[in-house]
Amino acid sequence: MTIALDRARTTRWLQEYGVYAAVVALLLFNIAFTANFLSVGNFRTQLVQAAPVCIVALGMALVIGTEGVDLSVGATMALAASLIPLYLGAGPAPAIAMALLAGLLAGTFNGFLVAYLGIQPIVATLALLVGGRGLALVIANGQLVQLHDPAFLALGTEDVLGVPVGVLVAGVLAVLVALLVGRTTFGRALVAVGGNRAAGVLAGLPVRRVLLGVYALCGVLAAVAGVLSTARLSASDPADIGLLMELSAITAVVVGGTPLTGGRVRILGTVMGVVLMQLVRATLIKHNLPDSTAQMVQAAIIVVAVYVARERSSR
Amino acid sequence: MTAQMTAPPETPAKPRRELVASVLQRQGAAIALVVVVAVAWLAFPRFGSPDNLRDLALQSSFLAVIALGMTFVIITGGIDLSVGSLYALGGVLAAYGSQWGFLAALLLPLLVCGAIGLVNGLLVARTGMAPFIVTLASLLFARGLLLAITDEGSTTYQIAPGSAFLELGRGTVFGFGYPVFIAAALCLLGGLVLRRTRFGQSVFATGGAEQSALLMGVPVARTKIAVYTLSGVLSGFAGALTASYLQSGVTVIGVGTELDAISVVVIGGTLLTGGAGTVLGTVMGVGLRNVIQNIINQIGTLDSNYQSVVSGAFLLVVVVLQRSLVRRR
Amino acid sequence: MDPVLEVVDATKEFGGVRALDGVSFALRPGEVHALVGENGAGKSTLIKVLTGVHRPDSGQLRHRGEPVVFTRPAQAQQAGISTIYQEVNLIPLMSVAGNLFLGREPRNRWGLVDRARMNEMAERVLAGYGIREDVRRPLGTLAVGAQQMVALARAVATDAHVVIMDEPTSSLEPREVETLFGVIEELHRRDIAIVYVSHRMDELYRICDRVTVLRDGKHVHTGPLAELPRIELVSMMLGREVGDIRAHGTTGFGEDHHAGREPVLRAEHLASGQRLRDVSLTVRPGEVVGLAGLLGSGRSETARAIVGALPLDSGTVLLGGKSLPRGDVAAAVRSGVALLAEDRKAEGIVPNLSVRENIVLAALPRLSRFGVVSRARQDRVVETFMRRLRIKASSPDQKVAELSGGNQQKVLLARWLCTEPKVLLLDEPTRGIDVGAKAEVQALVDELAKEGLAVLLISSEMEELVDGADRLVVLKDGAVVDELVGEQVTEGNVLAAIASGGERR
Repeated sequence: MTIALDRARTTRWLQEYGVYAAVVALLLFNIAFTANFLSVGNFRTQLVQAAPVCIVALGMALVIGTEGVDLSVGATMALAASLIPLYLGAGPAPAIAMALLAGLLAGTFNGFLVAYLGIQPIVATLALLVGGRGLALVIANGQLVQLHDPAFLALGTEDVLGVPVGVLVAGVLAVLVALLVGRTTFGRALVAVGGNRAAGVLAGLPVRRVLLGVYALCGVLAAVAGVLSTARLSASDPADIGLLMELSAITAVVVGGTPLTGGRVRILGTVMGVVLMQLVRATLIKHNLPDSTAQMVQAAIIVVAVYVARERSSR
Repeated sequence: MTAQMTAPPETPAKPRRELVASVLQRQGAAIALVVVVAVAWLAFPRFGSPDNLRDLALQSSFLAVIALGMTFVIITGGIDLSVGSLYALGGVLAAYGSQWGFLAALLLPLLVCGAIGLVNGLLVARTGMAPFIVTLASLLFARGLLLAITDEGSTTYQIAPGSAFLELGRGTVFGFGYPVFIAAALCLLGGLVLRRTRFGQSVFATGGAEQSALLMGVPVARTKIAVYTLSGVLSGFAGALTASYLQSGVTVIGVGTELDAISVVVIGGTLLTGGAGTVLGTVMGVGLRNVIQNIINQIGTLDSNYQSVVSGAFLLVVVVLQRSLVRRR
Repeated sequence: MDPVLEVVDATKEFGGVRALDGVSFALRPGEVHALVGENGAGKSTLIKVLTGVHRPDSGQLRHRGEPVVFTRPAQAQQAGISTIYQEVNLIPLMSVAGNLFLGREPRNRWGLVDRARMNEMAERVLAGYGIREDVRRPLGTLAVGAQQMVALARAVATDAHVVIMDEPTSSLEPREVETLFGVIEELHRRDIAIVYVSHRMDELYRICDRVTVLRDGKHVHTGPLAELPRIELVSMMLGREVGDIRAHGTTGFGEDHHAGREPVLRAEHLASGQRLRDVSLTVRPGEVVGLAGLLGSGRSETARAIVGALPLDSGTVLLGGKSLPRGDVAAAVRSGVALLAEDRKAEGIVPNLSVRENIVLAALPRLSRFGVVSRARQDRVVETFMRRLRIKASSPDQKVAELSGGNQQKVLLARWLCTEPKVLLLDEPTRGIDVGAKAEVQALVDELAKEGLAVLLISSEMEELVDGADRLVVLKDGAVVDELVGEQVTEGNVLAAIASGGERR
């Protein structure tokens, strides 16, 4: 009996604080055993690499909060990236606007399928996962396009207040999304719909509109990540950009303690989930463990995280 | 439920629209395949050439084997995203194993990929974790394993010329490669198992209504474990066939193959929500995909990436059709 | 006669709640045994123990005198115990024949399923049940009644000697009910024992030999049915002595209210499938109208239909003279109708949200500007209601899932009160909450009515209804059978109305 209680308590503690503990532990480990870990340069690199995943994961966290999932985020990134060279001639602003518009359309499309046609989220977003990248490649003629617009490339190289633009954008978006979840009617409705849809309906919430909005937002965030990645790469590469991004984003969200069963969105946890996965990768690389090991470790972390999160939902 | 309650008591005459939708959903792939083949035959003189047809059949056979396993998984209401990685892993393992002879080359991929499939099944059936996340993890794991075996992808194992294993993928009868016949035989067998065995009925029941199936005494957990194992084994086998055909274990194949497999299964009329589907439909789906690919290649000026756009569009239409059908019931 | 299936002193708990408390039940060969009780009486748990879905925490299951342990439904089925459930538990996408023979398909000499023979056998079997459909069709395309018949055929065909029927008629047409009774008589002749669960008195008295009554997880009575007056059966189910009709005292309700003249809510001829056939009622401001009736009589359905959460075949709901759009819950909520749903867990609380967020959920539009929730106004509202309803939580930030049932219920009441509704529909507002909270909720209902709110109260507790309501509308089989006003509102009259079904009027 006490063992069972302890176990339940441990599981709950892990669900709640596991991600923070793991980040701290990994940081300590690296400080002690990794050469050159405590350098500004290293932290910059890690954060810059993590920024796009973080932005996508924010949107994914919202979608998962509604008991859904969006498999098409990587394809949406590719779509956004493919549009940039087409409109960059008119200046960076129109190009970025078109890319974000593409993300909005893609997300709205997913949301329509889920909210109004009642198609399961996995299934609904699968079509765009299959077709989206192909469409991006068709738009780009299957080519990688080098970009030369200095204003646009500045997004990937410049700093503002000593922080790389991408990281800054990710940070600002994280705060905004956290405010959205915590302080707005939309955020409340989102979590309520994911936590108990029937109760949401009886409470008179606009359930369908909320779902549509969540997927649309997820699409826009994916497009933002696509723009930033493109700027950093200084090339539009629809074939490769955001590949397996859905996996990284879902992993970060789940590792961050947001249950796949919906009804809860943890923004700080999600950000920490991104940081944790980035740290894991960095640690393995710095200790000369090969990519193969990194992937297998990642797989194990996903399974463990989902397994732990699962106990919450079954209670 | 409510729709049922308000339905007239007498058996409702099927509305015409529903009939059309139902036929489209079940036979859509076959109809589209006939149309597409007819068009291709008339428009492209090279399409009907024996070489092209043989090539088409051969290319289709690998995907067909993978999609066969996927059909079983999807009918139980699940999904297996690890098949692409397992396909690649199977190829590498076969090439690696070929140094110890035919049997090793064949059994190594089947055992390892089957074991990963088994773990998928156990996790899905026993812990209640979502299939897509479990198999996403094993997608990563299998890729990692592949990289570990191949010195991070830098070693490509060759199958020694003259190895008996090469015959499996490269031998021909009437000009058609062995893989074509093997895939056909497997699909025939798979269709028989699905339609005409109690296991097959359990597969349908599990995906159709899991709770009811449990109450009706169907071994739901065992059925799930079996289909994921089967999917792993078949993916590994498809990899082995491919390795034999290519004479080496190519490490970069199989990326996105899970999407191809899922697409052709769904386009073939299998409900992504589970409970209904046919192997024949899946075969039609594979044919349709590859014929369209073939046409795109024949046109030459067209980007080969149209393939996935067409697949995505097809998938969308089929899924929306399926939804409207299920809802109307 | 030795019982064919017997449960001795079974106890089963779910998360601290005793669903079965030392219940014994014996089924004799060849009898039709009615199992009755209100919600939470433990019927479905008992059935699940009998069929191997649950294992009792303590107590014994005996099959033909031998102690047995069923760990899976399949084991019970192999032992010859079949079940048909209220909801059709078959596979909708599978063919009719496939459903009928799932798990015991006829096979040819190669071990393959012999479809032709299976279809032929299925046609023959189903013809006996009045079903003449193409057995190759997916089951889901059949009418619900026909599906239920297939379920019955399946249950009986598995060489069963015990068949358990859990409200088999709830979705059947009268004609189909007759067929079902024909089948039951046939089973009776074949000496197959039947456990029959239903709330329809007429059915019970027509086909059952003996009856067992459960209440609150405990065994109340077992005996021959024919000798038992209806009114006594009803009173046992509801836990009221026929002669024992108390006045006010034990509940938190006060005196009757002074209601306004014009009804604020008017529901006219609501009908939806078999569950709701014809219900009309009115509620005036400041009045508590009770909905009485047994489980399955259409009480909850009426409330759901009023708020738009149940699709209607016909009927209208008027609020202050204006009709509400059909099937639009949001519009009903905006107009001032609030439904406190029966199932707190499934349709009430959002478990992961805090007390504060749960309270303001339905009132969000009026507590926010440009989509941003006003913290100050929200906190004011939350504080007001937490104090007024005496919600015991460590803070408004506590997760609602961590509260006791009574406090959860108060949170839900607060959710609705802060929308400032005109009409409050309360579906079993005191079920499963402790005595103190119960009295508080009852007193609150009273108070709200005094303030001019129109209240529709649904309760399975006779005392609560009689004490709390100014007027009682009695439902049976989805229709109004009686209406009791003022002095007529007594337990005796309600029992009589339920038992006789409208003849009293």
